Amino acid sequence: MTKFGHKDLLGMGLLSVEEINLILDTAESLKAISARDIKKVPTLRGKSVVNFFYEPSTRTRTSFEVAAKQLSADTLSLSAGASSMVKGETLLDTARNLQAMRPDLIVLRHPSSGAPHMLAREVEAGIINAGDGINEHPTQALLDLYTIKEKIGRIDGVKVVIIGDISHSRVARSNIIGLTKMGADVTVSGPPTMMPIGVESMGVRVVLNPAEAIRGKDVVMLLRIQLERQSKLLFPSMREYASFFGLTTEILNAANDGAIVMHPGPLNRGVEIAPEVADGPYSVILDQVANGVAVRMAILYLLIGGAKGDSVDQGR
Amino acid sequence: MIAWIRGGDLIDPVNRTVEPRDVIVEKGKISRILPAGVFQEAGPRIQRIEAPGRWVVPGLVDMHVHLREPGHEYKETIASGARAAAAGGYAAIACMPNTDPPNDCRAVTEFILDQAKRAGSVRVYPIAAISKGQAGETLTDFGDLKAAGAVGVSDDGFPVTNSELMRRALEYASFYGLRVISHCEDRSLSGNGVMHEGTVSTRIGLAGIPDASEDIMVYREIALARLTGRPVHIAHVSTAASVDLIRRAKEQGIRVTAETAPHYFTLDHYRVEGYDTLAKVNPPLRSEQDVEAIKNGLREGVIDAIATDHAPHSTLEKDLEFDRAAFGMIGLQTALPLTLRLVRDRVLNLAEAIGKLSWAAASILGIPGGRLVEGGDADLAIIDPNCEYPFEAGRILSKSKNSPFIGQTMKGMAELTMVGGKVVWKRP
Repeated sequence: MTKFGHKDLLGMGLLSVEEINLILDTAESLKAISARDIKKVPTLRGKSVVNFFYEPSTRTRTSFEVAAKQLSADTLSLSAGASSMVKGETLLDTARNLQAMRPDLIVLRHPSSGAPHMLAREVEAGIINAGDGINEHPTQALLDLYTIKEKIGRIDGVKVVIIGDISHSRVARSNIIGLTKMGADVTVSGPPTMMPIGVESMGVRVVLNPAEAIRGKDVVMLLRIQLERQSKLLFPSMREYASFFGLTTEILNAANDGAIVMHPGPLNRGVEIAPEVADGPYSVILDQVANGVAVRMAILYLLIGGAKGDSVDQGR
Repeated sequence: MIAWIRGGDLIDPVNRTVEPRDVIVEKGKISRILPAGVFQEAGPRIQRIEAPGRWVVPGLVDMHVHLREPGHEYKETIASGARAAAAGGYAAIACMPNTDPPNDCRAVTEFILDQAKRAGSVRVYPIAAISKGQAGETLTDFGDLKAAGAVGVSDDGFPVTNSELMRRALEYASFYGLRVISHCEDRSLSGNGVMHEGTVSTRIGLAGIPDASEDIMVYREIALARLTGRPVHIAHVSTAASVDLIRRAKEQGIRVTAETAPHYFTLDHYRVEGYDTLAKVNPPLRSEQDVEAIKNGLREGVIDAIATDHAPHSTLEKDLEFDRAAFGMIGLQTALPLTLRLVRDRVLNLAEAIGKLSWAAASILGIPGGRLVEGGDADLAIIDPNCEYPFEAGRILSKSKNSPFIGQTMKGMAELTMVGGKVVWKRP
């Protein structure tokens, strides 16, 4: 029986295959809760979860909040604008103050890579990385793995292409680590200015042209193009990006039959994804969102449900 | 008083010899250097310093430290930095001008020298700014600064982007015999990078500083040194390509010298995993291949000197998110033991290693010291080569404790440091 012995969830790199499977299996058993009339179980009653978001986020924060509430945990949301950060307090001081109020978990979204790792060393509460800089976004990768497994039936051997700004995407990094670990065949694609040096060392293939990279793939995973990066010389214009790297039905035809299209949101319709693709039959974008709640419930449950190191089966 | 340093092995980096010699110190000078057993006087005027099993070396010379005074005294003062230097076996240190205000005028240079005098420890040689306010626009008054006591000019920390300014600095500085020291970095290429750009930065999601950001500027300085025929010194070399460029320039007779720092031949970019801000430094810790190239550069003499780039930062700058933390690490008390590792690993022989820590810097800057000779100043260190110890924060005499080597076992330490015949450090 696999045990989940972690205090924190910092990145995909720190999870074993067994632990990832445990999270996905747990999510599967918890997913039914969202479908009930009364969407609440008492599992985490008396536990407190702080959603601490230094960066704007709608989807991820709401998803964590819904997940915690369905498990009956008390939730508290802090954003950078409302916290003492604007008064010049350091992250560590803010965290130590939060710790003094003894939360069970802190869900942290932060613009600096490694910020959750630093926090995890300093506070007793468990830390969930809800996106740190350009490093990782492990819960997104886990919900993506869940969705692939749900739609394709397996992860091992599945052919995935990730298209977009690989260099600056925490979603890409977490997915590359998670997918390769689970035996998927991963190709990354996008403009050379957005391809990190030595990315092959992470076990992926690089095929810059999306039209070519998509050929024979089961999963097409798009990344959000960050409009604000345009000033940083990575690509000349939205129009040019859309024409050469945007996903259209035309180039999607090269993918395998039954291929799915994924996107972590928010969408830039008409830039990285044509509207007809986003709304098309192969799009699983809204399933990803729905699965996000189940996967986050599983993570909350595994981190603070029951005694540390309990197996899931006992917890059920 | 006469000090008689008895029974040690004297290391001469110029003749590259290690020989048993007694050293006699009188009135701040080395009066005699004698084969062991020759000097036999005794009496109340003779103070015997026993050194069997010890190395007697020229007081080390560090051509690149940051002493933070004036302006950032909470990180380091000239007095605290000098104490740390003495404990590291240094008799002389040259301090970079990026203080607040920067050392870009006679008043600041004189202030630094006054503070150093008050500290009464190691010799402090100010390096003045190349440009006023280190703003990269107008040359500072080199002549005035030289007269006040500056030994070199550098815009360390704020690399000169204007190539004409650098050209004129090389030309003008040579008139006064001031060495120009260049921090080679194309900031536009470094961008918002915080570590070496490579497989580790790709994996752990930190913005990278490419090696080319150093290489490009190293080549520019070489091109300007060739154009002007004036010497240039390259600070903190960290990349394999820089070593190659400097090697070729030297082969062509271009007047270029170079230093590296112990962290560049000891640590690589894997040390940044875990986002430890103590490993954040500029230039960044590079790849394994770069580390090997730096060692080769030292072995072949392409890299002349080992300097610390001692850069004190307090917890205010280091207990932060990795990308918000300051660049830099202290190094005065670890340079000697880390360099001695190169001797054990047969990268350098002992005399070469000591030379890179002393004579090389003294000759590049044109300052006294770096060698023990009769009639010369009694600036020396007695080194216990076999002493093994855990390097812990409690040993650090610098005001700031930002060393990535805390917790490591070190071998070799200065047992006594003497400056002008005065003992400025004695191992407790």
